[in-house]
Amino acid sequence: MTLRRGIFLSGIGVISAWVLLPIWLIAASAVGGQGQISAWPKPLWPAGGTLDGLASFLAIEGVWKATANSVAVALLTMAMAILLGAPAGYALARFNFRGANLFRVLVLMTRAFPVAILALPLTVSFIRFGVYDTAFGVALMHTTLALPFAVLVSASLFQAIPRELEEAAWVFGCTRWQAAMRVVLPLALPGIVATAIFAFVISWNEVFAASVLTVRNRTLTAYLLAVLSESPMHLQFAGGFLLIVPSVLFIFLVRKHLFAMWGIANR
Amino acid sequence: MAGVVIDGISKSFGGTVALAALDLDVADREFLALLGPSGCGKTTLLRIIAGLETATTGRVLIGGRDVTQLPPRARGLAMVFQNYAVFPHLRVRDNIAFGLKMSGADRDRIARQVRRTAGLLQLEPYLDRYPAQLSGGQRQRVAVARALAVEPALLLMDEPLSNLDALLRLDMRAELKDVLREAGTTTIYVTHDQTEAMALADRIAVLHGGQIEQIGSPSAIYHTPATRFVGGFVGAPPMNFLRTADGRLMGIRPEDIDLVDEDAGLAFRVSVVEPLGAQTLLTGTTDGQLLRVALAGEHAIATGAALYLRPRPDRIRWMDAATGRAIAAG
Repeated sequence: MTLRRGIFLSGIGVISAWVLLPIWLIAASAVGGQGQISAWPKPLWPAGGTLDGLASFLAIEGVWKATANSVAVALLTMAMAILLGAPAGYALARFNFRGANLFRVLVLMTRAFPVAILALPLTVSFIRFGVYDTAFGVALMHTTLALPFAVLVSASLFQAIPRELEEAAWVFGCTRWQAAMRVVLPLALPGIVATAIFAFVISWNEVFAASVLTVRNRTLTAYLLAVLSESPMHLQFAGGFLLIVPSVLFIFLVRKHLFAMWGIANR
Repeated sequence: MAGVVIDGISKSFGGTVALAALDLDVADREFLALLGPSGCGKTTLLRIIAGLETATTGRVLIGGRDVTQLPPRARGLAMVFQNYAVFPHLRVRDNIAFGLKMSGADRDRIARQVRRTAGLLQLEPYLDRYPAQLSGGQRQRVAVARALAVEPALLLMDEPLSNLDALLRLDMRAELKDVLREAGTTTIYVTHDQTEAMALADRIAVLHGGQIEQIGSPSAIYHTPATRFVGGFVGAPPMNFLRTADGRLMGIRPEDIDLVDEDAGLAFRVSVVEPLGAQTLLTGTTDGQLLRVALAGEHAIATGAALYLRPRPDRIRWMDAATGRAIAAG
């Protein structure tokens, strides 16, 4: 084993620990029961582990409704981010228009704008437009957060599809729209699905905007923030754990395409 | 089946002129090769005919119909692309059927055409495969089959063989000629490879700097080039051009030069000898000017040898040194 290999492996170890350690701590605390919350060192697998914490968390009033809200918001976000982002990405990839680069930068800049500054004006506007405290309203906000990724990622997806394929479709009888639907979309689909799931996860994890823009129809994150601050520790961990699981699962499912998203070839 | 008329087509990108007011007639069922070095405008012209690019001025007529304003799908043509552009998400069968399906052909006709073109290009065993499971040559065949399946009035080919390795290219070239002769489709074929153009085409149009230098049969292009450029571009090794005292250029093909006895011709000093088997290629100087000679068969000639040469008089092509244009015989 060479030195380089050693450094490489320990690098993998550090990064894995960076990601896995918090997840393990939360998981261990979630199933450890009330007694083991403050125990240290943590046992690798908590003796007398119990799913009571998770069960009683799920029994809290409103958790299921909040989960349903979260799913609804995330699905709406996913749909809107793709429906708006993919055409924008296609335009960036295929047309040379004045200001294309500026547009790219501006799309990214929206992420640099702190949501906190917008919170109050947004709340006022949302109340005025009648979307305050609705899943649709939160999804609108989440779509703005997910759109930059959707636009830029789908732009690079479309860029990777040879223009010649589209031209062949035109020559063999397709209109521009038909060529996009029959040739470009099927080829970009795996990447678009990955982008959609990423939008879902962004929405699922988001807590600040969701807390500000809802009162009764809280998403799961916002609901937990409001309710669990008064609860015993092991319940808080149980909630945290159940929040993480879907995100980790989804990211795991689309991990291959996420590499492509960041411009690393996945061949 | 249809003839094609290119009427004053020009194309400029910003300030640069890619095509300068071209006129070109292609007869029904004719195979025309557009030949020229990269950047000569041949691909641009083909894409304008296809409707993938818009001309700055001029008209394109296919079968007597002005198609200048029509999108590619309405022009009644098919195209084979340089990188094949076979749809990766469709099986070979669906690739071949693509154009027919889009034009709303009935199932019987689609099935019949897929069977016929797949047979023509020996693709029957691969109909249910995806393009990723095929070799480059097979993908090339799929691209040709897809184009022929729609029975186009006009077939456009953009360097279709350039991505194949040398041996496969020779095979495909012969196969293509056979298949296209059988189909009898009017074909415009873009290539930078002069042997390909010579081997396939009924007529060749040599393009240079966005203009047509010469149009003619392969034999005319080869033996009676209209300009110095054509003589230098077509043929390997290219035509020799020797400057004479009266300001003319004597164009002579390397294989149209004979060895003669001492004192009876041009004095020639050999600097490189390349025995190629069928030919012996000599490079050297005569009167201080570079000259290449291709002698049939094998010859025991040493580097540095002094020889005497005689160009065959009926093969000499006289050119004006200043304009680079051929001078009418006389």
